[in-house]
Amino acid sequence: MTAQAAVTAKPSGARRAMRFVLPLIVFAAGLIAWELLVRLKGIPPYVLPAPSVIVLTLIKDWAVLSQSLATTLLTTLEGFVAASIGGIALALLFNQSKWVEYSLFPYAVVLQVTPVIAIAPLLLIYLEQQTAVVVCAFIVAFFPVLSNTTLGLNSVDRNLAGLFQLYGASPQQTLRFLKLPAALPYILGGLRIAGGLSLIGAVVAEIAAGTAGAGSGLAYRIAESGYRLNIPRMFAALLLLSLAGIVIYGVLALVSHLVLRRWHESALGKED
Amino acid sequence: MMANPTPPTVEAKLTALAVSLRGVTKAYDNGVMALGPLDLAVRKGDFISLLGPSGCGKSTALRIIAGLTAASSGTVRVARPEGEMQPGHGIGFVFQEPTLMPWTSVRENVRLPLRLGRIPKAEACARADAALASVGLADFADAYPRELSGGMKMRVSLARALVTDPDILLMDEPFAALDEITRFRLNNDLLALWRALGKTVIFVTHSVFESVYLSQRVIVMTARPGRIQADIRIETVEPRAEEFRTSAAYSDYCRRVSAALAPSYAGRSTL
Repeated sequence: MTAQAAVTAKPSGARRAMRFVLPLIVFAAGLIAWELLVRLKGIPPYVLPAPSVIVLTLIKDWAVLSQSLATTLLTTLEGFVAASIGGIALALLFNQSKWVEYSLFPYAVVLQVTPVIAIAPLLLIYLEQQTAVVVCAFIVAFFPVLSNTTLGLNSVDRNLAGLFQLYGASPQQTLRFLKLPAALPYILGGLRIAGGLSLIGAVVAEIAAGTAGAGSGLAYRIAESGYRLNIPRMFAALLLLSLAGIVIYGVLALVSHLVLRRWHESALGKED
Repeated sequence: MMANPTPPTVEAKLTALAVSLRGVTKAYDNGVMALGPLDLAVRKGDFISLLGPSGCGKSTALRIIAGLTAASSGTVRVARPEGEMQPGHGIGFVFQEPTLMPWTSVRENVRLPLRLGRIPKAEACARADAALASVGLADFADAYPRELSGGMKMRVSLARALVTDPDILLMDEPFAALDEITRFRLNNDLLALWRALGKTVIFVTHSVFESVYLSQRVIVMTARPGRIQADIRIETVEPRAEEFRTSAAYSDYCRRVSAALAPSYAGRSTL
């Protein structure tokens, strides 16, 4: 019986391992091919730096780059927090009053569909640079939080809502014990999207601010290095941005999983 | 109190009623009549079933009694416990689905009505545990709803309806989605609870057999708009048990109720 169990368990375990191993093999193969191409063809680093050169640059310029990384991450965090609070608060307001929703929702959509790269230069005129960058991150990230939270608040089980009505629940009780918990999976989904988007918003605003500004974020480093033809440093900064995005997504996915693991289908699927 | 004897006046008769509906109708927004006019009087402590084809408005009638839906016309009277001002506390409601909050434990689900009524936590938890024990789920207080079977979830829903100790229990096809074995067990448990607690139960079902087995009165309703087609009293030796299910009297009653139900299907063969 144990042998049988082992036989049935093996393919799924192997498949699971393959899901991690295969992308790594592709990654390694790509890096090797890139390295070989650069070395064999003798491509100069200012055209295309080899991966080894990028890593060396990352180590050599760590003092500068880590400073920039911290700046960008701080901006992203500020934008993300503002977007989370703003999105959830606005959704709650919409949920309380249809009139407010009808009045304001179109403008939330307008803000969302207007490309942020086009808004950024205007913001930079009217706002201080650091504020403008955070506002950009906020504009890009708040809409998914708003629309997901709205969806969640409207997805409350009708019979449960009836039960709360039957027992004379106050609006505050209904919000706290029914609407917010019911909307939680949707809110967390929105936050997961918002995390990545606020990084994008911060980067876009830094690029728009360009070298004219006093900023020192990673996107600013990329722009600056581009003007100086310091291509390896551009790649190193890009690598850091990419890693930051992955970590942000991973952390938010983990939080979502931990919060929902006892009851929500999305978190249960992996265990069963 | 010899000088002031209390004769059985109209007043006294009225107080003995748990629920009384008079000319109650319900029309949808598009003008389609869903229910009524419906006249129904339910005495305190009775177990009655509302039986009818789907869409006949029996669930609507139940929601009107609970105050979840407003009647379009007519009067609804529900006896409330003396001194009880808050709505709903005299009524327990069991929905067609268990309608549990998936994000919290069984105990918290059962405690919800007390929590909404701002009952202190220690007392509320004790009462929730007692209600769970009364439906045989004392060991599952800390489980989450998803960890329970369909029948157990329905028991939790029943415990939640009982936790406020309501006088009236409204049940909207509570066992319709369960398999027959589970349903029979829950039928027996419900009867035992009803005998022990002496509550007024209004039970909506579309099963002839279930309605006859459970209730003292079966109210057969017509197709939409739902009206009362027949009011059949089920009289048998109490307490009822499994023997009743196989008795000749039971099948007689089932035949009578089915016959009363038959006109509701006339002209609906296209369904």
